[in-house]
Amino acid sequence: MAVAVVLLPLLAAVIAGFFGRVIGDRGAQLVTCGALLLAAALGIPLFRDILASDSPRVIPLASWIIADGVDVTWSLRLDTLSGVMILVVTIVSSMVHVYSIGYMADDPSIPRFMAYLSLFTFAMLALVTANDFVQLFFGWEGVGLMSYLLIGFWYDRPSANAAAIKAFIVNRVGDFGFALGIFAVFTIFGALDFGTVFGKAPSVVGAKMEFLSWQVDKLPLACILLFIGAMGKSAQIPLHTWLPDAMEGPTPVSALIHAATMVTAGVFMVARLSPMFEYAPTAIAVVGVIGGTTAIFAASIGMAQNDIKRVIAWSTCSQLGYMFAAAAVSAYAAAIFHLFSHAFFKGLLFLCSGSVIHAMGGEQDMRRMGGLWRKTPWTYGTMWVGALSLSGIPFFSGYYSKDTILEADWAAGTAVGHYAWVLGVLAAFMTAFYISRVMFMTFHGEPRADEETLHHAHESPWVMVIPLLVLATGATVFGFIGYDFFVGAERASFWKSSILVLPQYDSLAKVEEIPQLVRYMPLIFGLLGIATAYVFYIVDRTIPVRLASQLRALYLFLLNKWYFDELYDWLFVRPAMFVGDGLWKSGDGAVIDGLGPDGVAAVTRDLAGQASRLQTGYLYHYAFAMMIGLVALVTWYLLPR
Amino acid sequence: MAIGLAHYLTVAAILFTLGIFGIFLNRKNVIIMLMSIELMLLAVSINFVAFSVFLHDLVGQAFAMFVLTVAAAEAAIGLAILVVYFRNRGTIAVEDINTMKG
Amino acid sequence: MIVQAIMFYVFAALAVASGVLVVSSRNPVHSVLFLIAAFFNAAGLFVLIGAEFLAMILVIVYVGAVAVLFLFVVMMLDIDFAQLRGGFVRYLPIGALVGFILLAELLLVIGSWAISPGLPNPAAASGVPLTNTRALGDILYTRYLLAFQGAGLILLVAMVGAIVLTLRRRADVRRQSISAQLARTRAQSVEVVRVPIGSGSQ
Repeated sequence: MAVAVVLLPLLAAVIAGFFGRVIGDRGAQLVTCGALLLAAALGIPLFRDILASDSPRVIPLASWIIADGVDVTWSLRLDTLSGVMILVVTIVSSMVHVYSIGYMADDPSIPRFMAYLSLFTFAMLALVTANDFVQLFFGWEGVGLMSYLLIGFWYDRPSANAAAIKAFIVNRVGDFGFALGIFAVFTIFGALDFGTVFGKAPSVVGAKMEFLSWQVDKLPLACILLFIGAMGKSAQIPLHTWLPDAMEGPTPVSALIHAATMVTAGVFMVARLSPMFEYAPTAIAVVGVIGGTTAIFAASIGMAQNDIKRVIAWSTCSQLGYMFAAAAVSAYAAAIFHLFSHAFFKGLLFLCSGSVIHAMGGEQDMRRMGGLWRKTPWTYGTMWVGALSLSGIPFFSGYYSKDTILEADWAAGTAVGHYAWVLGVLAAFMTAFYISRVMFMTFHGEPRADEETLHHAHESPWVMVIPLLVLATGATVFGFIGYDFFVGAERASFWKSSILVLPQYDSLAKVEEIPQLVRYMPLIFGLLGIATAYVFYIVDRTIPVRLASQLRALYLFLLNKWYFDELYDWLFVRPAMFVGDGLWKSGDGAVIDGLGPDGVAAVTRDLAGQASRLQTGYLYHYAFAMMIGLVALVTWYLLPR
Repeated sequence: MAIGLAHYLTVAAILFTLGIFGIFLNRKNVIIMLMSIELMLLAVSINFVAFSVFLHDLVGQAFAMFVLTVAAAEAAIGLAILVVYFRNRGTIAVEDINTMKG
Repeated sequence: MIVQAIMFYVFAALAVASGVLVVSSRNPVHSVLFLIAAFFNAAGLFVLIGAEFLAMILVIVYVGAVAVLFLFVVMMLDIDFAQLRGGFVRYLPIGALVGFILLAELLLVIGSWAISPGLPNPAAASGVPLTNTRALGDILYTRYLLAFQGAGLILLVAMVGAIVLTLRRRADVRRQSISAQLARTRAQSVEVVRVPIGSGSQ
């Protein structure tokens, strides 16, 4: 059954991808959505099976690398963590597939899109069910590739192509760290499968190895290198620049990849490798610092953006920071809990924004929206569910997951924990603010769009609304249903051995002991955020304008994403383009082409031209040449041997 | 000094060289070229006959007869070609014959 | 002996001189005549050496046929008295160099060459004193028969070739074609016409 769950999307992708023209648009949609829905349906009994068994089950599929010391097998590791992730991936992916039937209905390349979506799902499933680092890396690279293909899906747009390449390259930087991490793991442990590595992890604590001529601790080194990969994949500072540009892809892509699944691969990886990270406090601290910083950094930028999708993208970046902040205090369970609920409400927010864009005929700038709630009631309602969930309002699942993270951060008592808590609470204010801003600017107030667009604004078809409803249900009820299992009293029996938490680091156990004020601080800040947004965008619309003009520098700083893109452009892109240009024109063009094909051709032509001058056409010249040859021959034979 | 083989061979060699000179030193016309070829063939015949006499083997002279035959045939054909060429081109100056220029 | 030596040197010198003049004459007719002189002197050399048949053949064939042919063609073609052009001088050094190298090598070979001692001596075999002609006939029609016939074929081909190359039919000359005449049928030559009395046959 697990095999079916993982391989169904691959099969669907192959059919829709290679035979798309044969089976047509409808056929491709049916095949892929059917396969995904079936996989999602099968995921539930699979999860029940996993909960029922005690130790992680490994299903070997085929052997891959058999070399000296390296023995890698394609296999499926089924434990609670992978089961949870399978559920997340299949449910959200199937909803996105169904939604895409409506959203991409007018696109000329539907089979390709559906195939890509399914192929991505397969890669993600391969990632979460990996039993060794190499298959994890395979899935890692696979989702990166599919992200590239899907961001650049409308490949006739230069901005889409540039964004796809940017995403791939920034991911590559992270993947380079990831690869180094895998090499480090192999050097340290001599094996690549999780079982062996996790078993040996405690024994290498404190051991040192040489890296770039320094003596460093082995385990933290490996963990930090692996985390660099997670930074790239999950868009943490400083490898975050690709995420907002990734919004060039179609909205279902943003919902699936850049909200629910691919970007959460980094969090999953940290949780999966908890047996290693637990023994490397240095690495965990790094994770926490970066996570916390990213959370507030991204939230601050989200407040100033005008494109509806970009606000939500920065929100994703920020929420991922939260998840890493949870991992930093060994609250991996809370991180995964938030991952799951975030998948629901962020995916919901993206799909709703897609619905809005669909209604507005392609308009994405919020400054040209407004007053839409009567035209798109379903979208309005479900989007509020997502917004409230994101803001951490009680009863919705975001409240349970986000607050647990912050409570754990405080309860851990470490410097990193407190740092993350402060930043997280501030970011909570910003989060509530920006998402409420989105709601108010898009749906309330006077319509700012032109007559034509307003006239055409309509609610999305049922095939798009139903996924919204499903995800909204998840965003609502998942919280209080899953609380006990994920992070509450039942967590030990729920997670079993898939997540390791050393007793001295177990912050989730101390969550009950924190002061009440600390516990409710995020909620207070969240409500403050919503209220501020209400004032700014409903009560008195001139306040934000005046604020922006008075604090112009700050506003521009936020609007331009803290000038990271400009910094990178100056630091890396321009020198790289310069070198590339130089190598291309001078190196390749002048030197290699000049010496090689062009040069050889020119020299050959030259020589041939000169040689043809021997053919004068005069017979006596030829006779003369014969004579000289004859004399030479005679001389040759006369010479003493 | 007794006239030996070497003397005859020397004469033949000189005539041969003169024929070679005639082929590529002539700038006048093609007939000179053909005549130089005849000179060369004559030199070769002298060679054959000289060897034949001094080696007491008559085959050299027989072969010289064949050389004669071939020379006559070649002169006939060569002159025929020349005549046709002259009809078509109107000139047999060596410098104008360069249509094989590559 | 001394006469032979003197005759040899005379003939040789005249042959060489004629050769030089063949190449360097301004007038092509002069060149042909000097060629004839060269042939004659070579024939003299042949007589000296004892190959009188070949000498006569040289005179009859070379001089009588080939050189006359040359003369015909030279007369027939409208050849200018070409001036000695400057290009001659340009090639002279290198040509002379190459020629002299060849000559030197040939002389080198001649000077250092010796007859192999074990060579058979066919002339001593027969006891009957033969004329050169008789001796040549003996081997030519027996041992070298095929080569002889081949030479005949070469001449045939040359003749045909020369005719094919140079024959041109002139449009304004009427020729007889015997085969066409003989192949004429009655239908082509006789036509029976009924002529009514009083009118002509047209």
